[in-house]
Amino acid sequence: MESHAILAEIPHLRRYARAMLGDRAAADDLVQDTLERAWSRLSQWRTDSNMRAWLFGIMHNLRVDQLRRPTLPTHSIDEDDFEMPTRPTQADKLEVTDIESALSLLPDEQREVLLLVALEEMTYVEIAATLGIPVGTVMSRLSRGRERLRMVMDGWQPTVKLRVIR
Amino acid sequence: MSKLPITEADLQAYVDAALPETRRREVEDSLAAHPEKAGRVRAYQAQKQALRALFNPVLDEPLPENLRALASPPPIAEADRPSRPFFARWSLERIAAGVFIALFSSVAGWMAHGQYQPGEHMARAQLLPRQAAVAHVVFSPDVRRPVEISAEHEDQLVAWLSKRLGTPVRPPKLGALGYELIGGRLLPGSSGPVAQFMYHDATGQRLTLYVSTENTTNHDTAFRFAQEGPVNVFYWIDGKFGYALSAGIDKDELARVATAVYDQIEHK
Repeated sequence: MESHAILAEIPHLRRYARAMLGDRAAADDLVQDTLERAWSRLSQWRTDSNMRAWLFGIMHNLRVDQLRRPTLPTHSIDEDDFEMPTRPTQADKLEVTDIESALSLLPDEQREVLLLVALEEMTYVEIAATLGIPVGTVMSRLSRGRERLRMVMDGWQPTVKLRVIR
Repeated sequence: MSKLPITEADLQAYVDAALPETRRREVEDSLAAHPEKAGRVRAYQAQKQALRALFNPVLDEPLPENLRALASPPPIAEADRPSRPFFARWSLERIAAGVFIALFSSVAGWMAHGQYQPGEHMARAQLLPRQAAVAHVVFSPDVRRPVEISAEHEDQLVAWLSKRLGTPVRPPKLGALGYELIGGRLLPGSSGPVAQFMYHDATGQRLTLYVSTENTTNHDTAFRFAQEGPVNVFYWIDGKFGYALSAGIDKDELARVATAVYDQIEHK
């Protein structure tokens, strides 16, 4: 039954949204939007498919829509395109020792994959299907996200990025 | 036997226990020979543990009523759903859905008025405090021209803003809390005009009330609190109105003012 299945997934959606957004109210708003959209599109769900992956896919798409909606057109430049030289910052490094702050420093796309693996224990193939990206991309985001998180936790400062902040 | 080199993907899959047994052992051998790699893998495993420890408690939090209610089909969405054969599988599911509605009827009531525009609440609800805070930061420090029309001409202010917003708007009276009206101004919102009223207390501390009529989601919210740099903001959505009260004062004080503003708007 869809109601049972959806009810069972709500805590998972909340946990993931909280981890993605960091803010409780914003996360629950996102979950609410996700559930409403899910009900309006229930006909697109096939009984034999994975309800969780379907719902997470909806949430992902909503989030992409929302991020795409900013007031001014901006685009972020891929961090790997530019390595800005920075002076050594060992002495005055910002200590980011708690994982929550470190997580918030990751690019969205890396955080997403990292959390689906760690919290939802989805397989790489499931994540690829949920996010609509190739498995290879899942792997590279996971690997870059983990390494970045490790370095941030070790007190390493991400290189200054050319990034338009909304 | 020649082994395939250990790839980055192998290391990740090792962390996630997603490798077949033979490959897992090969990775372990390689880790034993490469302490740097082994250190990374340990760090990744620790990350996973830490993330679970941090966020798993969310699973046990009681569900907010509005989310719980959405475990059953919302009335609007159901009406919007034409594409399923009715009797093939729906009749049974509808009974189940009905049971759920009965179960949660006390909390499902709020949805009766709801018209859904998925994705809108969040975007709108987050825009409001930010715009209000920016407007506060821009205009409240202005010593000479903080407002366009001052409180001396409150009638004109009210008439003008009501006309421009297309609906009656009136600054609440906050004298009892020690805040006097300075005046107000018209500002551009996301899609049209919004109003800003400014107040100050005896020490010169300024407070602004941002009134938007742009809310189209028909989705009321409770009081919410946001912090935009040094500015604290309480905001809420009431019908087409969005209200945001901003000031550089502490949260409790601002909550008192927000409650007073809310009461006056509700009982006008």
